[in-house]
Amino acid sequence: MLDTIRRLVDEQGRLAVAAETIGDNADLYATGLTSFAAVQLMLALEETFDVEFPDRMLNRRSFSSIASIAGCLHELKEAA
Amino acid sequence: MNAPLDRGANVVATAARHADDVDRNGRFPIEAFQALKDARLLSLLIPIEFGGGGAPLSDVAEICTSLGQQCASTAMIFAMHQIKVSSLIAHGRGSAWHESFMRRVADEQLLLGSATTEGGVGGNMRNSICAFERDGATFRIAKEGALISYGAYSDAILITARRSADAPPSDQLMAVLEKSQYRLDRTGGWDALGMRGTCSEGFTFSGEAPIEQIFTHDFAEIASESMLATAHLLWSAVWYGVASDALSRAQSFVRKDARRHPNGPAPGALRLAEATSKLQLMRSNIVEGLKRFAKAQQNADDLNSMSFAVAMNNIKIGSSQLSIEIINHALLIAGIAGYKNDTPFSVGRHMRDALSAQVMISNDRIFTNLSNLLLAQRIDQRLGD
Ligand SMILES: Cc1cc2nc3c(=O)[nH]c(=O)nc-3n(C[C@H](O)[C@H](O)[C@H](O)COP(=O)(O)OP(=O)(O)OC[C@H]3O[C@@H](n4cnc5c(N)ncnc54)[C@H](O)[C@@H]3O)c2cc1C
Repeated sequence: MLDTIRRLVDEQGRLAVAAETIGDNADLYATGLTSFAAVQLMLALEETFDVEFPDRMLNRRSFSSIASIAGCLHELKEAA
Repeated sequence: MNAPLDRGANVVATAARHADDVDRNGRFPIEAFQALKDARLLSLLIPIEFGGGGAPLSDVAEICTSLGQQCASTAMIFAMHQIKVSSLIAHGRGSAWHESFMRRVADEQLLLGSATTEGGVGGNMRNSICAFERDGATFRIAKEGALISYGAYSDAILITARRSADAPPSDQLMAVLEKSQYRLDRTGGWDALGMRGTCSEGFTFSGEAPIEQIFTHDFAEIASESMLATAHLLWSAVWYGVASDALSRAQSFVRKDARRHPNGPAPGALRLAEATSKLQLMRSNIVEGLKRFAKAQQNADDLNSMSFAVAMNNIKIGSSQLSIEIINHALLIAGIAGYKNDTPFSVGRHMRDALSAQVMISNDRIFTNLSNLLLAQRIDQRLGD
């Protein structure tokens, strides 16, 4: 899952660095993730993992690191 | 009895007395600001433990509205100052420098200005070109093409920049610089249509200060947790004041006309009814927004959520559009008496001042951001919360 998230971060995140160099807990916003790109990333995650992010997850914290994104996806997959 | 609002009454009267001169000459409202300082209203929001008034944002909004009815420039400067204060309160806590500065704002009634936008990025304040360049215990910053309202009259300026010279444009921090720590080179004047007293001149800002004056929180947090909401709510409160005064002038016109023509309402009377419904919408929008903000402040995730950002942006869009519609109705109601500058029904200055609302962070830019957020956020289909 982490590899897939990294691939989507590379494709949608418009970051200054490659996702493979970013630690699981590193702050994505500090590498240039904007709220615009976070929405594009969210759409790609929904499509790839076949989930829907509920409103309560649509906040800054959910997309702040690869690990927090994975945490949200786990929660959504378990609920499904 | 509401103490801050009572103290505000004298300020409002002072602002009213000089409003025409401030507008005509595009000068800073010195008298109103002296009165605001005398009444200690510049520190109204600052917690009592730091020497301020400890008032809720709704009290500040009420004063913005009252001032907006008389002198929109004074009201807007007061609003912009309080937006900066709110960031200091929300994000300066726990930092020794910022806490002692907050105390000084209260003691000395310092006026805070803002340099968030920048030449080259326009109204997109979540991107910076300039950067904080650290050199040991100090940093340097130079921002070009900054439009800084009352920049020449500010005692300190809160300024945004990239974290460092190699940081991406969206990775920003904010710092407080005091007047003695920066230089402003004027690059453009402020001969504008309205809000003329805000003296929003263009500057090149260059400054140097100790690193402790940079906020420890990311500007992204400051933007979403204090600036976005307070700016849209307080600006809207100002525009509500402008629109409500225009409409009350139109109402006086209709009443006067009705007394002279008892056998039927003047043609404008219907428009008055229509405009009051718009005014009510505008008011509910702002009042609900103040409540939504107060509630979100109890929960960091909510404060940083897309739905909160959508709500605050919509308040700005709604009140900037409604204010112009309402003032236009007031103009249609009073006709030539409203169009002329020298009658009690004149709404020319109201219109000119309110036109700033849609360009002050361009509505088109906000709509673009909103349409992106709405790819994710769901439409709220409930009435209650
Ligand atoms: C009274 C007043 C006081 C101000 N005081 C201050 C201050 O103290 N400090 C400060 O930092 N700034 C201040 N500003 C400036 C303000 O923050 C913005 O910089 C400014 O209003 C936006 O400028 P702009 O229209 O040139 O730029 P832009 O926002 O770049 O807009 C230019 C044009 O391009 C269009 N446009 C741009 N981007 C988009 C987009 N993404 N989608 C759709 N359309 C787009 C807009 O519709 C607009 O027509 C003040 C502005 C006003 C009116």
